[in-house]
Amino acid sequence: MSHSTLRRKLAERSFIGLCIAAVALPLIILIVLMVDVGIDSIDRLNWSFLSSYPSRKAEEAGIRPGLVGSVYLIALTAAMALPIGVGAAVYLEEYAKRGWLANLIEINLANLAGVPSIIYGLLGLKLFVRTIGLGRGLLAGACTMALLILPIVILASREALRTVPLSIREGAYALGATRWQTVSQVVLPVAFPGILTGAILSVSRAIGEAAPLIVVGALAYIAFLPDGINSPFTVLPIQIFNWVSRPQREFLDNAAAGIVVLLVTMLLLNGLAIYLRNRLQKRRYW
Amino acid sequence: MSSAIEVKSAAKTNPNINLTLPDSAEKEGSLKTKFSIKNLSAWFGNQQAIRAISMDISEKQVTAIIGPSGCGKSTFIRCLNRMHELVPGTQVEGLVKFDGYNIYDKGVDPVLLRRRVGMVFQKPNPFPTMSVRENVLAGLKLTKSEQIKRAPETVERALQQAALWREVRDRLDEPGAGLSGGQQQRLCIARALAVEPDVLLMDEPCSALDPIATARIEDLIHGLAESYTIIIVTHNMQQAARVSNRTAFFLLGELVEFGKTNQLFTAPKDKRTEDYITGKFG
Repeated sequence: MSHSTLRRKLAERSFIGLCIAAVALPLIILIVLMVDVGIDSIDRLNWSFLSSYPSRKAEEAGIRPGLVGSVYLIALTAAMALPIGVGAAVYLEEYAKRGWLANLIEINLANLAGVPSIIYGLLGLKLFVRTIGLGRGLLAGACTMALLILPIVILASREALRTVPLSIREGAYALGATRWQTVSQVVLPVAFPGILTGAILSVSRAIGEAAPLIVVGALAYIAFLPDGINSPFTVLPIQIFNWVSRPQREFLDNAAAGIVVLLVTMLLLNGLAIYLRNRLQKRRYW
Repeated sequence: MSSAIEVKSAAKTNPNINLTLPDSAEKEGSLKTKFSIKNLSAWFGNQQAIRAISMDISEKQVTAIIGPSGCGKSTFIRCLNRMHELVPGTQVEGLVKFDGYNIYDKGVDPVLLRRRVGMVFQKPNPFPTMSVRENVLAGLKLTKSEQIKRAPETVERALQQAALWREVRDRLDEPGAGLSGGQQQRLCIARALAVEPDVLLMDEPCSALDPIATARIEDLIHGLAESYTIIIVTHNMQQAARVSNRTAFFLLGELVEFGKTNQLFTAPKDKRTEDYITGKFG
């Protein structure tokens, strides 16, 4: 083996090593965190933790209002953000004329997707809680969350619509379909799996958010379940934050157990969405 | 979009269109004119794709459009079902009479026109979410046609016409996109025929297919010409010679020569046509 071949192989090897390290580092950190949380939570993770209300005594405190609140909030948020977001994407991609206005909207959408969530919280407080007068309830929280994820839903849906080839649209037009018939019956079904992927990502973001909801007025200590869309509520991240900030060591274990519940809830929701997407993707070929 | 289309009667005169217009009136007196095109020009933005084309296309005949790449063949047939205007920034001028009516008149709905003037594209484009059956019925379903009530008959008839029935009759519920390329193209032909158009525009329908699949489509075109007016764009001169009754030669957006296929290939009147068909350029 000549000298230069040896050097090339060495360079190749070290590059591969570098890439593996880049993958391994975050994975190791994640595993350490998970194991740590898992060990801390093991004593508290049981049915009564899921079904109990918060308490001053750490061993009696449970996550029920947070869990139920999170599920309600996400359902409401998705019900608002997904139809509006997909509709906006369809309009921008299929109907709107190209021009400076379209470019302006495009740039703003990308920027809005990167705005810190606390800003959305402040907007929600002013707009939904005060101006519209929804109060500090579930609906105001869901509206705020919907605003937060709307840019992500729109961007992802537009991306999915863009991947539908022009030839497919032309095929529909050539059969005498109107624009709406083409979009609703040919383009959207083809783009749907991609749109659903965007929905999964955005809903996952919403479920982990605490900051905007604290501003809007979600409560940490709540001894009842939401009984209507204007009811006061709490969510898992806020409950976890509350427990973490207590001085007693026992509450930290509660927080660890809460983190596990949050992760499992998120995985279940994502799993459901991925299952739906795969079913629909299969249906393309039925 | 349609408001952007202007119909100007005073089109520019083009010195290159001095050739005698089709002699169909004398020699093929029995043939009805399907499309009568006068001074048709079309643009993409500032670029003119076709220049003052005038020609008559006869009913139930195969008319081939030949010419080198970029000569405006596709643009020309896309003006016949108003697909050209779907591209932003395009413009059309001139007169296209379809059964005596100008399709660029203000009152004409391009959507309704396209139901009578079907189109098959260069690349097979079956709808990916639909089965073979759904693809054939797509036109009827999309446009909510009454005919959907006779769906099973329509599926069989259209697939028979497209010479695909025997190959797919047991696979009607399988994905349309799962067929071979040649089958997909015939599926697209069946899809276009299911809505019972008068005219079938074919934009290089065999350019993505192998010779065997090409031969099948060409056979098919022969049969279809009994009931449909077919206009086929091709860059393959042998194909034009094989399938068409009349051939038009386009060059740089202009119609150079239009005549009986036989005559055009054996005794072209224009020097440029001769150069092209003898392979001096193109």
